Amino acid sequence: MPGVCRTTNDVSRMNDVTARPEVVAARGIKVTFGAVKALDGADLVIHAGECVGLVGHNGAGKSTIVNVINGGLTPHAGDISYGGNVGQHGISAARANGVRCVFQELSLCPNLIVNENARIMHAELAGWNWRAKALALVERQLREIFPGHGIDCDSTVDDLSIAERQMVEIAISFAGLHDRPKLVILDEPTSSLDAGLAAQLMAYIRRFVGEGGSVLLISHILGEILSTSDRIVVMKDGRVVADRPASEFSTRTLVEAMGNVVREKEWLRSSDKRGGTAALSMPARRGHGLPFEAHRGEMIGLAGLGGHGQTEMLLDLYLSRNGNWWPARKGEIAFVAGDRSLNGTFPLWSILNNLSIASLGNLSSRSIVDQGRETSLGDGWKKRIEIRTPDMENRILSLSGGNQQKVLFARALATTAGIVLMDDPMRGVDVGTKQEVYEILRSEAANGRTFIWYSTEMDEIRLCDRVYVFREGSIVAELVGNEITEQNVLAASFSGGEAA
Amino acid sequence: MNSARILFSKPWIWSFAATVIVWVVTVLFTGGASSLGLSQAALTFAAFSVIVGIGQMFVITLGPGNIDLSVPATMTLSGTLALKLMDVQDSMIVVGLLVSILLGFAIGIGNYVLIKLLRIPPIIATLSMSFIIQSTAIWTNRGLRIKPPEVLANFTTSSLFGIPNIAIVALILSGIAWVLLEKTIYGRWISAIGQSTFAARMTGIPVDGTRLVTYILCAILASICGYLLASFSGGAALNMGSEYLLMSIAVVVIGGTAVAGGNSNIPGIWGASLFMFLVVSMLNTYGFGAGFRLILTGIIIIAVILVAGGRRANR
Repeated sequence: MPGVCRTTNDVSRMNDVTARPEVVAARGIKVTFGAVKALDGADLVIHAGECVGLVGHNGAGKSTIVNVINGGLTPHAGDISYGGNVGQHGISAARANGVRCVFQELSLCPNLIVNENARIMHAELAGWNWRAKALALVERQLREIFPGHGIDCDSTVDDLSIAERQMVEIAISFAGLHDRPKLVILDEPTSSLDAGLAAQLMAYIRRFVGEGGSVLLISHILGEILSTSDRIVVMKDGRVVADRPASEFSTRTLVEAMGNVVREKEWLRSSDKRGGTAALSMPARRGHGLPFEAHRGEMIGLAGLGGHGQTEMLLDLYLSRNGNWWPARKGEIAFVAGDRSLNGTFPLWSILNNLSIASLGNLSSRSIVDQGRETSLGDGWKKRIEIRTPDMENRILSLSGGNQQKVLFARALATTAGIVLMDDPMRGVDVGTKQEVYEILRSEAANGRTFIWYSTEMDEIRLCDRVYVFREGSIVAELVGNEITEQNVLAASFSGGEAA
Repeated sequence: MNSARILFSKPWIWSFAATVIVWVVTVLFTGGASSLGLSQAALTFAAFSVIVGIGQMFVITLGPGNIDLSVPATMTLSGTLALKLMDVQDSMIVVGLLVSILLGFAIGIGNYVLIKLLRIPPIIATLSMSFIIQSTAIWTNRGLRIKPPEVLANFTTSSLFGIPNIAIVALILSGIAWVLLEKTIYGRWISAIGQSTFAARMTGIPVDGTRLVTYILCAILASICGYLLASFSGGAALNMGSEYLLMSIAVVVIGGTAVAGGNSNIPGIWGASLFMFLVVSMLNTYGFGAGFRLILTGIIIIAVILVAGGRRANR
């Protein structure tokens, strides 16, 4: 991660830190949801002035322990103390002790203006002029964390892009009118941020920690965990399996500690599949830039900074090929959502119904759904993509975020569609699962499926055969094969038309 | 799975339990003399609520904001037109029914045209549509009360093996609706749209087509109900639909269908319809006036929404 300075002597810093007072200590925590042991005797202690990285698989218990620390969940066993005092628990106790949390599922009120959202988090913003005070507070904090952010704090949250919402939420959490927060928990804070914004955030975390605050950082992007944390805690199956200074880890050892074998296979790019007519094409957007074209079996990346028109393009591609009045006779295009709660999951339904909804046409005769075929489709995908649930009839919301995302993948891949659109779908998915999904994508592409993949992660963009770089709503560059490097993508996203 | 969990997972059980309690209380008060008559009357009148309730349920399943307020006017116009057309001739019974259905079809399309093309919220679109329909009914009826054809009148007022014919018709319609909802692709689609229209659109569901069909279905069921009710009560009256505005929505809500959409429940509509009728007759038996009855009806609906909402939050 650029922009973050590492001190040379991590170990001595580490020793300093353990001598400092505890901000939060959770010891021997057990939490069960029905038959599922979400936490099985987990310990997590955070001291003042340190950044603790928390990593683990989807469903390892990361979000659960966060919810115990912020008071949202009462553990079934174990102690929790704030600043050394045992015996108080609950959301207000946690807040009174300066614990703030930025959730993985963004939690701003979409119908309110940015400063009104700040008022919800900061009850001390009172009095006749609270709006102006709130506005000043948020703007100051945004400037401090994300210099040059360009967010209009007078707009409702609805009008902000998902990246901007995340930035606002982070800023509100770090802000403090009278006293600053003691501990800020960041659950996947960079999942919707592009590399530049993520680097700004990581740099700010180091400054915040340097001033005596504490941060609990949860992320699947191991690079930022390694570069930003003082100490890394690895969780697996509801327990802490490793807790060591960050300097003792490398990407490889970290992945191994999580229980994965590192696969360093280089993605072999297939030969150029262009030629013949395009499977999907679209003229240049907004009258400038390059036209879009996709061919059978191609894996096309949509790159560029977050929120520069990639998602809009995917939606346009999808909606232009799908009637709103009459069912499409043959589904030729499928969509994998990135913003699950916006356009992905059906919250009242079971996992199975969520998975099968896009392929009902193939599962039914004379419009009657064949439940036997539906179940076998579900079981097949449960095995293939390893959806972690005892029963596909369970509700979709009983799954962890990453597993819900797998269901959305299965939904699209289970169709007969020749083209699959993906809207940054790997948000919040763990490393192991990502590798499995990449593997499936590759074999599907070899069978002639076309993938159009918007991603904010460079590692994923590098997997594509061809990449279109977006800037301000239109395509400014096309990179093919070996031209796809972080440097070229960044150059094109910042400079505009002339690259490639 | 234990029995308590089954009970909680089937919200329609509550409306049936309430129905049985009210039935027992009423029968006890009258000393058991009225049990058969009360049951038959309950089945007959519940049947009308069930028919309109099913249509309304499909619309409410489409999600927040979706509602059809043109139901009462549609019933009135359908009854008025059909009786006028049949003109007491038995040979015209089928023609009358077909015209009713066609009328419902047209009203459904009209409703959705207003909602979609003029971008009016359903609650206002169907209310204004209802004004047009009701005015048409007044204009065609002109205060005349035409009797239904005799065969039809006999059919709607008699029973088969002690079960009113109307109830049998409603039962058949409920069966069809249940298959539509639980077994077909269409049923999945409306439930998906009710949970998240955007997500439904992005899985390839033709959202507008599905909603159009649903509004048409609701209007057709209201038309059929109006046709049957006019024949049952010996002629169409201009206010015959009015009590079904609240009733069609109340039975859906009390029956356990999610007001926020996405989840619907046909057995519950039966329980709720029987319950609503029995509450009214119980209050009648105890000698309460019309005003108090209506107040109590309102309180019951609010209480049910409160209890149902609480259950959902606890999950």
